[in-house]
Amino acid sequence: MHAQRRSLPQPILQYVLLCAIALLCLFPFWWTVVTAISSEGNIFAFPPTFWPKSPSLENFAEVFRVIPMLSFLKNSVLITFLTVFWKLILCSLAAYPLARMQFRGRKLVFGLILATMVLPSEVNFLVNFITITKLSLVDTYTGVILPNVITAVSILLLKQAFEEVPQDLIDAARVDGASEWVIFWKIVLPLIGPWLATVGILSTVEAWNDYIWPFIVMSKPEKFPLSVGVLYLSGTYGSSTRVIAAGTVMTVLPMIAVFLGAQRFFMRGIDGAVK
Amino acid sequence: MAQLTLKNIVKQYDAKHTVIHGIDLDIRDGEFVVFVGPSGCGKSTLLRMIAGLENITDGELIIDGQLANDVPPAQRGLAMVFQSYALYPHMSVYENMAFSLKMAGHRRADIDAAVQRAADTLQIGALLQRKPKDLSGGQRQRVAIGRAIVRKPKLFLFDEPLSNLDASLRVQMRVELGRLHQTLKTTMIYVTHDQVEAMTLGERIVVFNGGRIEQIGSPLELYQRPANLFVAGFLGSPKMNFLQGEIVAGDALHISVRLVQGAVVCVALAESKAKIGDAVTLGVRAEHLRFAEAGDENCISVRIGHVEHLGDVSVAYANIEGCADLLAVKQSHGVAQCKSGDEVMLHIPAAHCHLFDASGYTLATGK
Repeated sequence: MHAQRRSLPQPILQYVLLCAIALLCLFPFWWTVVTAISSEGNIFAFPPTFWPKSPSLENFAEVFRVIPMLSFLKNSVLITFLTVFWKLILCSLAAYPLARMQFRGRKLVFGLILATMVLPSEVNFLVNFITITKLSLVDTYTGVILPNVITAVSILLLKQAFEEVPQDLIDAARVDGASEWVIFWKIVLPLIGPWLATVGILSTVEAWNDYIWPFIVMSKPEKFPLSVGVLYLSGTYGSSTRVIAAGTVMTVLPMIAVFLGAQRFFMRGIDGAVK
Repeated sequence: MAQLTLKNIVKQYDAKHTVIHGIDLDIRDGEFVVFVGPSGCGKSTLLRMIAGLENITDGELIIDGQLANDVPPAQRGLAMVFQSYALYPHMSVYENMAFSLKMAGHRRADIDAAVQRAADTLQIGALLQRKPKDLSGGQRQRVAIGRAIVRKPKLFLFDEPLSNLDASLRVQMRVELGRLHQTLKTTMIYVTHDQVEAMTLGERIVVFNGGRIEQIGSPLELYQRPANLFVAGFLGSPKMNFLQGEIVAGDALHISVRLVQGAVVCVALAESKAKIGDAVTLGVRAEHLRFAEAGDENCISVRIGHVEHLGDVSVAYANIEGCADLLAVKQSHGVAQCKSGDEVMLHIPAAHCHLFDASGYTLATGK
């Protein structure tokens, strides 16, 4: 009983702290939403209002009038889907041998891959742009996608995932007559589903929000992804802060939907494989 | 069925780590051989080398007259049951059992028939559509065995398959494995550290220690005529009692040993290279010791430490002067009357004594 009494405040404190952090994280987004759905009032007024006045969807409609939103959306979906698709395939293929195969230079290769993590991505822009130019991939989706389909973080995460697959399963498949490719494709890859989902979700957010690289590679507005295109709400085509906020909300909403939809894959483990 | 020959098999991970030191072994067609030994003795490594899951550093592995050192696991005609079951968790029981046949390119109808046959044998027909996570430990083990038998291998390899099961299920599965061997009459190699499994399942037992074979023989041969102290101590529960001593006299049929406690014990012996003055270890099993009666010779005085009542038998653990280990006495009657602290005389029957030389090798064995 005493122990219960003593331990009671601790969870409450934890919840209060967590709620405070969550509010801190959500606050800027909420403010943006309020700005986007309010149709009147000075957004720079002090103290600011955090509840919509005369809510309306007019600002969202304006976004569609000012910029080719659907075209940008289509481009973003295409770039994100292809980036994530190829990243999962290529990073899995890179991570599996690093995790489960013995070959000379394995540690060196992994070390070199890890070493790229210390470099900020901006460092690669110049080299990547020259490469993309030489390959005549400027102004193409491939040019945007190609440098992002292999990342050290994804390889690291998937290598960790492959290492967690019990060796007995691989041995059993080998005794059953499975080739290395079948072991990878039919036995091991399905078992790291939660990890693939995690890498997939992180990569989706990353590819969706990527701004600078698509901005460098693409020059034709009809090929812009949403992250680049939404900036055209400010400047060339007009500059209402409420419309910009609406455009921002519309950019973020798909990612929230993806995250909520895929969240359940995070915690699914490898049940029943071994004792 | 398969005949297996191991010639000077060596496993070395690097220059400093040799885990298997030149194993020579012949396994006959249809034989049930058990590899037994303590953890880390190399028995599982050797099994994995036979399966093709570990490279053979040196020596020859011959399966049915064919050198198999470099033959891939799937082409060795064997099936393996793992300690952890190793069922593919994302596949149903049916898919688990059918996987090897699919890999071998069998037709769907043949696969269905083979899986159904194996499922009927193991009484898991009702589980075919379930996933491994929906099965109990015993059911998973059956599926693992089913996955092995569905391929009709000529050699079965079992790597401690029962060690994850509870005691009663282990006994049940042990009986079923024995029955399976009688039905299939296939060569089986079974790895365990459990001496009860080894004694009950094996037609022949291979005792391993430190990457070497200590002794090969039938369960009773090993139990009654252990070749060395390790085998004598490893097989039997409670383990064999050991007493240090020195040979003080001997003739064609007997050797007299003076124990460090002072008592002189006579050991029945047919032939021996022992000499008077040699330091020896006298071994006697717990069930062969009995409480002395008037007129008995070969007796030692002990003080009862504690008594375990197991129902059918009782085991008394006694302290003996000059000996750090407790002396175990196992009897179906008599021990029950003992209590802690009692001073009693124990009779050591000459016919059931084992003598080991200073290197630990047997000098003489009882009947």
